[in-house]
Amino acid sequence: MGTFIGKPIKRREDARFLKGAGRYTDDIKLPKMTQSAFVRSPYAHAKIVRIDTTNARNMAGVVAIYTAEDGCGEYGVPCGWQVNFKNGETMREPKHPLLAKDKIRHLGEAVAIVIAETLEQARDAAEMVEVDYEPLPAVTDPQKAMDSGAPLVHDEWPDNAAFDWCIGNDRAEVEAALASAHHVTEMEYRNQRLAPNAIEPRSYIADYDVNAGKWTLYTSTQNPHLIRLLLCAFVLGIPEHKVRVLSYDVGGGFGSKIYHYTEEALLTWVSKEIGRPVKWTSDRSEAFLTDAHGRDHVVKSKMGFDKDGKIVAHLTDEYCALGAYLSTFAPAVPTYLHGTLFQGVYTTPLIHLNVTAPFTHTVAVDAYRGAGRPEATYLLERIISKAAKEMNMDPAEIRFKNFIPPFDGVNEPGYQTQVALQYDSGNYEAVLKRGLEMLGYEEFRKEQEEARRNGKLLGVGISTYIEGCGIAPSAVVGSLGARAGLYEVGAVRVQPTGKVSVFTGTHSHGQGHETVFAQFVADKLGIDMADVEIEHGDTDQVAFGMGTYGSRSLAVGGSAIIKSVEKVLEKGAKIAAHKLEAAEEDLEYAEGKWTVKGTDKSVSFGDVSLTAYVPHDYPEGLEPGLDFSSFYDPTNFTYPFGTHIAVVEVDSDTGKVHLKRFLACDDVGNVMNPMIVDGQIQGGVVQGVGQALLEEVVYDEVGQMLSGSYMEYAMPRADDVPMIETDRTVTPCPHNPLGVKGAGEAGAIGSTPAVVNAVVDALSHLGVTDIQMPLTPQRVWKAMHA
Amino acid sequence: MIPAKFDYIKASSLGEALTLLQEHGDEAKILSGGHSLIPSMKLRLATPSVLIDIGGISEMNTITEEGDEIVIGANCTHHQIATSDLVREHVNILSQAALCIGDIQVRNRGTLGGSLAHADPASDYPATVLACEATIVAEGKDGKRTIGANDFFQALFLTALQDDEIITAIRFPKVSQGTYQKFFQSASRFAVVGVAAIKKGDGVQIGVTGVSGVPFRATAVENAYDGTSSAAKHAMDGVDDIISDHFADEEYRSHLARVYVKRALEAL
Ligand SMILES: Cc1cc2nc3c(=O)[nH]c(=O)nc-3n(C[C@H](O)[C@H](O)[C@H](O)COP(=O)(O)OP(=O)(O)OC[C@H]3O[C@@H](n4cnc5c(N)ncnc54)[C@H](O)[C@@H]3O)c2cc1C
Repeated sequence: MGTFIGKPIKRREDARFLKGAGRYTDDIKLPKMTQSAFVRSPYAHAKIVRIDTTNARNMAGVVAIYTAEDGCGEYGVPCGWQVNFKNGETMREPKHPLLAKDKIRHLGEAVAIVIAETLEQARDAAEMVEVDYEPLPAVTDPQKAMDSGAPLVHDEWPDNAAFDWCIGNDRAEVEAALASAHHVTEMEYRNQRLAPNAIEPRSYIADYDVNAGKWTLYTSTQNPHLIRLLLCAFVLGIPEHKVRVLSYDVGGGFGSKIYHYTEEALLTWVSKEIGRPVKWTSDRSEAFLTDAHGRDHVVKSKMGFDKDGKIVAHLTDEYCALGAYLSTFAPAVPTYLHGTLFQGVYTTPLIHLNVTAPFTHTVAVDAYRGAGRPEATYLLERIISKAAKEMNMDPAEIRFKNFIPPFDGVNEPGYQTQVALQYDSGNYEAVLKRGLEMLGYEEFRKEQEEARRNGKLLGVGISTYIEGCGIAPSAVVGSLGARAGLYEVGAVRVQPTGKVSVFTGTHSHGQGHETVFAQFVADKLGIDMADVEIEHGDTDQVAFGMGTYGSRSLAVGGSAIIKSVEKVLEKGAKIAAHKLEAAEEDLEYAEGKWTVKGTDKSVSFGDVSLTAYVPHDYPEGLEPGLDFSSFYDPTNFTYPFGTHIAVVEVDSDTGKVHLKRFLACDDVGNVMNPMIVDGQIQGGVVQGVGQALLEEVVYDEVGQMLSGSYMEYAMPRADDVPMIETDRTVTPCPHNPLGVKGAGEAGAIGSTPAVVNAVVDALSHLGVTDIQMPLTPQRVWKAMHA
Repeated sequence: MIPAKFDYIKASSLGEALTLLQEHGDEAKILSGGHSLIPSMKLRLATPSVLIDIGGISEMNTITEEGDEIVIGANCTHHQIATSDLVREHVNILSQAALCIGDIQVRNRGTLGGSLAHADPASDYPATVLACEATIVAEGKDGKRTIGANDFFQALFLTALQDDEIITAIRFPKVSQGTYQKFFQSASRFAVVGVAAIKKGDGVQIGVTGVSGVPFRATAVENAYDGTSSAAKHAMDGVDDIISDHFADEEYRSHLARVYVKRALEAL
């Protein structure tokens, strides 16, 4: 621990958020700015017969109306990841037009944009755009999408598959091991579709400066540089150096704001056409229809065990929905971010996952908090608990039996999985032991027996997860189909007075970078936190960046900043040595000054920085200035892990689940700010509880959404969850300078199966072995009475 | 979430509101707390061109005791009803129901009159209005009339109210003992099932909301009531038009109705 590292320092950014002084895209008003509204399809699948904008054009305040006929962004929005068919056939990649042409492929797809002086005028005129549709049958379920004769999402291919894929050991070998296993546990279920529901809806302003020939795009994104790259190089073919993307405060993303959306490209195109700025902010109804969703896997799985309860083989087949078009990272989510975690924390010797990923008449499915890892964890942690029940074992005992033994990644090598990855470091027994201790597991089991005798339905559920974070090594992701590198950029600019500006290509949308990054930079430089400012979200200020997701900001972005800090100190030492008339190797740096070892001769950081910019008396041959930028591309992902435990009571009359306690013992590597890590875990857990008990996007058979508002889509609220009890073990990441692993997704990954395991445990004596998520009172009650 | 254009007139008396309503006819809508009307206007499901705000009519904003009845002005908010000493003492069940509605913001704006006029099948008050046999006082171009609870709710979002009528007050007979039991829908927190039960002599009167397109009196339970909760099994006897959605299908909703009638009888 330093002065700041490891301390629960309050978030600097909160003052402005709490005072309503944040600068979100929708807060920005530019001179001469116009407003826009979209005309969206009320059908999931339809032919566009006719679009008539005549009446709309005559409405008050209308500036312009565009449809696909106007030739906007003819290349469409590209996908950023390519996963080819198992037989080598190229991934089917439909063009994703900015406005639908001829055909509608999902509910809410935009057919026209109306630009007007005010938002009210834009909405009024949008209502007057007449569109004749010829509705067609739709398919929204990923398994049904692969039925022969299923309605086709894209007519150019014979079926709906975008690709199929597999990972792990040879299928025949896995099947043989299952056939001879002592016990086989099976599961079939749907990991339901979720809507991301960031509090701030997506919002964009595009502003074309006619004189400079430059665009400025204000956007609520997690990923400003990638947006600029995709927008310029792929969608609009406009010069990248003439586009500035600004993303100031962003009110949550959970993945949904990683992607490049059609609306932001279209607005950029429109602003040049009309020569004025144009704004669009999604409303909540549009968000349900158009923000990329998460999950939606139909799963069929078998896990084989020997007589001692050791896993011998695991085989899973999945249908994973992609939606109507391929969103930026969509193909990676059910494949490389999912199948690569099928080892879990267990020594399973044989694993095979087969994925079929079809197009569906729905909005795109892409990464949502955890992206593929929650789906993998849900499967592993449910099936192993189910197996324990079937084999009359305790769910903790079966886990201890199967854990990969501890390894630190330094003295012991990393753990090579059957599914491509090599884990960095882990101690899975320790987190489970601590989790059980936090609950008082033995005591609880007694309490549960007592409760059962009194007719109460009390249950406990355990989940011991692992996940992959710090999404990076460019060479690795490149070999897996990524079309972008996944390094990060961090720059440290020391001002002449010794104040420090830090530039990062990551992007905070709630994580607290302005605080955490300042903590470790201040510590490493031995200066005050107040002297460090963190800048992000401006492509003109930061050389490049890959944004924030997959808990990569600290592990990858932080490491890039550390590299620049080291360069500053290295050059600073040269200047200090000159000033102190000493040899560099005789200096030591601590508490913001260079001291000649064993003497009281020293020079401060501020003196050195001033000298760097006023280099009158200066080392020969050394460049002035103290300003460094670094790229950091790590050697591996990081692998946080942990144990989550849920305690529930089920109302026997209604099936309503009451979550009584939730305990999380996580290992996220070294911790920079424990308060922020706790917050990330707690928020994640609540989101995971939401999936377990409440949330579900429901489409009916014609592709209408039955859950398109908060009247029908149940978000977890404060009174749905108990206080989340957290603790940690610390197993540092061996391969990055801060030893950090990442904490952004852990909560959402570990919690969901813990809750479902607890409910099934509470009902096990009634013969209940599984319940489809979300575990609504109705589903639980029906399971009890099946 | 932008409503279509509309005019707004604030009425200062009931007479003025009635005149305005006649003048503007179909084009106009009464605005009370706005917590049902404004959301549907923002979604453009309702597009009135004139809103007549009755919120400022103070005579509709009082809670008084008149003999055996408590008279509640239509403009009284859920919060007023939940916290009124008169209501708590004499029609406690109504303040229980009011407290189950939405959150504090909703309770501070939404009104009893607005809720009844809107007649959302998942709203809370109808169960209590039915169980208590309250009367709805309405005034229109043909003068004042009272409508019995049993006649008031006619279909989904449809009441006995004429287009030119305004609810001015609701008269609740005093109730010695009553309970409101609600199963909350997990997203909207409206009632999947809401059961109001009051004691009347040796018998009970039970109103049920949320279950069917129209709230109803559980007469089969009332008739079979024997002082225990065993009559609850009759809660769905003769009930049709049962609501079904992805939170509760007909079977589960019917089951919940029986459970909640039972709970209500036990709580009495
Ligand atoms: C977030 C949220 C949660 C809610 N949760 C619940 C809940 O749990 N349970 C529940 O029961 N309700 C709930 N509601 C609805 C709430 O109770 C509304 O306030 C109520 O339904 C309508 O009352 P209002 O005064 O707001 O009426 P308005 O919205 O102003 O009007 C509703 C309708 O009634 C008409 N109207 C209003 N007053 C009169 C009158 N005096 N005479 C004739 N017609 C009139 C209007 O013209 C309009 O058609 C919720 C609402 C929101 C926004």
